[in-house]
Amino acid sequence: MQEIWQALVQSVNLIVSLDPEVIQISLRSLYISGCSILIAALFCIPVGGLIHFHDFSGKRVVINIIQTFYSLPTVVVGLMVFLFISRSGPLGGLELMFTPTAVVIGQVILIMPVLTGMTISALSGVDRAIRDTALSSGASNAQAMWAILFEARFAVVGALILGFGRAISEVGAALMLGGNIRGYTRILTTAISLETQRGDLVLALALGIILISIAMVVSITMNILLQRY
Amino acid sequence: MAILETMDLEQRAGASVLLSKVSLSVEKGEIFAVIGPTGAGKTTLLRLINLLDRPAAGDIIFDGQKITDPSCDTVKARRRMAMVFQKPAVFNNTVYENVAYPLKVRGTHGKTEKSAVHQLLETIGLGGYARRKAKTLSGGEAQRVALARAVVVKPDLLLLDEPTANLDPVNVKMIEELVMRFNRERGLTVIMSTHDMQQAQRVANRIGVLMNGQLVQVGRPGDIFYSPDNARIAGFVGMRNMFRGYIVRNELGIAVINIGGRDIQTVSDLPVESAVEIYIRPEDVVLAMTAASSSARNNLRCSITSLSSIGPLCTVTVDCGFPLEVLVTDKSVVEMGLSQGQELYASFKASAVRVLPSMPR
Repeated sequence: MQEIWQALVQSVNLIVSLDPEVIQISLRSLYISGCSILIAALFCIPVGGLIHFHDFSGKRVVINIIQTFYSLPTVVVGLMVFLFISRSGPLGGLELMFTPTAVVIGQVILIMPVLTGMTISALSGVDRAIRDTALSSGASNAQAMWAILFEARFAVVGALILGFGRAISEVGAALMLGGNIRGYTRILTTAISLETQRGDLVLALALGIILISIAMVVSITMNILLQRY
Repeated sequence: MAILETMDLEQRAGASVLLSKVSLSVEKGEIFAVIGPTGAGKTTLLRLINLLDRPAAGDIIFDGQKITDPSCDTVKARRRMAMVFQKPAVFNNTVYENVAYPLKVRGTHGKTEKSAVHQLLETIGLGGYARRKAKTLSGGEAQRVALARAVVVKPDLLLLDEPTANLDPVNVKMIEELVMRFNRERGLTVIMSTHDMQQAQRVANRIGVLMNGQLVQVGRPGDIFYSPDNARIAGFVGMRNMFRGYIVRNELGIAVINIGGRDIQTVSDLPVESAVEIYIRPEDVVLAMTAASSSARNNLRCSITSLSSIGPLCTVTVDCGFPLEVLVTDKSVVEMGLSQGQELYASFKASAVRVLPSMPR
């Protein structure tokens, strides 16, 4: 138990002393997962909307499949992407293996089901009356969809925070695709994994505390921004 | 000139028919009420007119244009109307943003419109509420916001779907007055659905009665009140024991009304000689063998003309100078030994009589 207290002290020390390596790793984590959530959001929110706003046969099945993939294991994503981008894979020529881009690809795939599924849930939660009100107020179909999305903004931002959380906290894909290369693809989770193996439990825990702090700051910032609208 | 016409409008949901051959014509500048019991198809009709749903058959002609035509620009047609729904719906945003929404989607949200929105908020009694979150409003306030949002773009046709169904009397009155005011000041044509006959009578110039998806009668409020086309309509409008008369004298709010030669005491502020219509609910009348000494102001000698039993209750029609229907329990009929031709007294309180001014419309 002593380690937890020490880790707490050390994490504060690392943050306050602006330890260059820790700062760099933290920023890289933030950057990679930020890219992932941005790319995933640009794809998943429209796709979620597309699925929600259109009635087609098998819609329920599609939603069920999406929800099943909420439990996609990170190592499986890592493995799948690995097979595609490794030197002998179909995308081997792009030389993406062990780059931050590879990690982003893995994270995007990992959080796509959650983000799409939660977007659909968020939109379904909006009262039908909102659509009617928007349309009878003279909105075009696109404007009405936008009104519904706006109405669901709290739930959608919740999905974004969840997706970001899943991305920044995953280690399997980051290790397999990024390779934990110091100064290049080493991020908080891979560093924690490494320090644990090396036996520096306190440093590993301190990095974990920093990761949670980042998640907290992101979540609070998003909510403050949301309150303004 | 008719601003809106529906021609043999039909709507179905699966096998059930929601609307059947509804043809109506609404004149420019009038308030047209669609009345009918719950499930009659009122909402269905208004949603079709607002182009929120497509009819199974039939056409809608709005200001000379067949808006049900597939080639018609739905958004363009819809932008000339506005609708308020039964359940007050507000966007999760400020009151101002709610009212300004129709302007924003039309891309006409300039300086003049901004001040118009604020003025409209004053009109609906929510002047200081512009920055309030609309979700924090009460049902009545939210419905007023919905009404303001509907009229902010000065539509040619306002559709109101039971706008006061869930509201308290104060808000009902406010909404009714606002609707009548917008109608008067802007010449706004209004189609309003309601299940409240008295509301229709208060607000509308003409009424259409919708029952089981069919438009069964259209006319001025008086026509439907006094000469309902059939018993079903009469039953719906609750028009049993409706009589016409005039006020003989009025002492401190107790108005004596002459109905068919008999004086009826009522509570009304209307002046002497006013032509009135009165309405007595059959269940508010008590039958007694003697002129009971009770607080009831009206004790009329009468004779039973007919008895008809419906379940545990019996409708007794008595002749007291005018035919009066009385609702009593079957048990009372047996215990009092009521029979046709029997002479007795009908009593009811002055406050049990609804007095409405005769409408000259």
